[in-house]
Amino acid sequence: MSEFVFLYRGGDRPESPELMQQVLQKWMAWFNTLTEKGHVVARGQPLERSGKVVNNGKTVTDGPFAEAKDVVGGYSLINARDISEAAELAKGCPILERGGRVEVRPVMKFDM
Amino acid sequence: MIDPIDHLFRRESGRIAATVARIFGVRNLALAEDVVQEAFCRALEVWSFRGVPRNPSAWLMATAKNCALDVLRRERTARSFAALGDALQSEWTLAPALEELFEPQAIRDDLLRMMFSCCHPRLHETAQVALILHILCGFSVAEVASAFVSGHAAIEKRLTRAKKVLAKSPALFDLSAPTDFSRRLPAVQRALYLLFNEGYHGAAPDAAVHTDLCGEARRLAGVLLEHPFGATPATFALAALMSLNSARLPARLDSAGNLVALAGQDRASWDQELVAEGLGLLGLSASGTEISAYHIEAAIASVHAAAARTEDIDWRAIVSLYDQLMRMAPSPIVALNRAIAIAQADGPERGLAEVHAAVDGQRLSTYPFYPAALGEFELRLGRSAAAREHFRAARALTRSQMERRFIDQRLRACDGGGELRTGSER
Repeated sequence: MSEFVFLYRGGDRPESPELMQQVLQKWMAWFNTLTEKGHVVARGQPLERSGKVVNNGKTVTDGPFAEAKDVVGGYSLINARDISEAAELAKGCPILERGGRVEVRPVMKFDM
Repeated sequence: MIDPIDHLFRRESGRIAATVARIFGVRNLALAEDVVQEAFCRALEVWSFRGVPRNPSAWLMATAKNCALDVLRRERTARSFAALGDALQSEWTLAPALEELFEPQAIRDDLLRMMFSCCHPRLHETAQVALILHILCGFSVAEVASAFVSGHAAIEKRLTRAKKVLAKSPALFDLSAPTDFSRRLPAVQRALYLLFNEGYHGAAPDAAVHTDLCGEARRLAGVLLEHPFGATPATFALAALMSLNSARLPARLDSAGNLVALAGQDRASWDQELVAEGLGLLGLSASGTEISAYHIEAAIASVHAAAARTEDIDWRAIVSLYDQLMRMAPSPIVALNRAIAIAQADGPERGLAEVHAAVDGQRLSTYPFYPAALGEFELRLGRSAAAREHFRAARALTRSQMERRFIDQRLRACDGGGELRTGSER
């Protein structure tokens, strides 16, 4: 088994409370399925849309101001056999229905 | 896990919108709506990862308070917020002042206050209902449009205009003045009645929309009943008719999603809990001397509910209730339903005569169930050619797939196919 970070990028905000509740229910159902199958190492956290960026030279600026479709809205730590299984798991993510994307990144492995 | 049928977000959005609008002032309604949107987006994001908190309502209200605080910090020099007064001057005073404005005691009547404000006398009834759906039930423009089977642009325009009227009023409605309260109350009852009817008789093609609208109307009537000035006999009667008719909703569609005429409905699928609730409310409505049209309509629904089988319906009682309703609140629809009841009690010939004598067909020229009722009478009289003609006219007026399928089934009955069903009352 290997670990993967899922980065959730972009995705439209639902326009009514009713739709938001439906989307929330989809996320909870998706996480529950993954958890039942033992794929969830950590559900992770949602992230604020922007913060500060510390640049070389230690200047601190507001940002990052990525385009809405690129903004990372949260992350999870997922267990999977290999990258293709991890990608397969990400296909169930509700963010895809709202125009968002899941970036699947293997956690780097090293043998001592 | 939240119960999906519970509509938690929808319910809470109205409460939060009403509270923030009171604090920001009705002039800043748009800002209040932003706060609601922001609070629910945060709930969606945080709860997706961390699960639903133990007290979701309190979590949402606390989040709205924080979002409101951000808005006030950003806007305090550009706008005025009467409710906060001098507290806006410094960070030290702002947060505690806001805390106080969000106290449970302070937010108790917000929903009701906003409901009364939405029924502004300068707004047309349909605009009042749209505004209630939008602000108090959290319906998006698209959702309001689908509830009214109307275009997105038309609803957007109607809502924008209605919000402007609301925002121009000096303050939200003052619930503490009994005279003002009872003067505005009929308009509020009427708006909730229309909201319910939109759900019950409306043309929305999606059955879920009907259930949702009826459910929202019942919920808001419940809020009205909680207030001492609001719990009048007419409000009890209104709530009773909503419960009794809602009990029939599950039976109005068969398993294939087809509309079923009253006579063909499976009474076993009526919601008995709602029937009992409706009868209880009807009992409570009889406390004074006041008899409203809602009383009569609830009584009609209770006669239907009292019959164990379709054959047992006391149509004579229903006719005399419609007689009363015609005196109190005459309308072509009431006249038509009365004629249908007469046909059930005394035969289709009498029903037909009654339609010609008392129903203004001109004013029902777009209502598919008017020609459908005529078709039904003719069919029962064995005149299938005339019946077919009426059903064809009805078909041309249908507003949804569901209604079309219903009429098609009646057309087949004219050819001798399909079982004979009496009455087109739904």
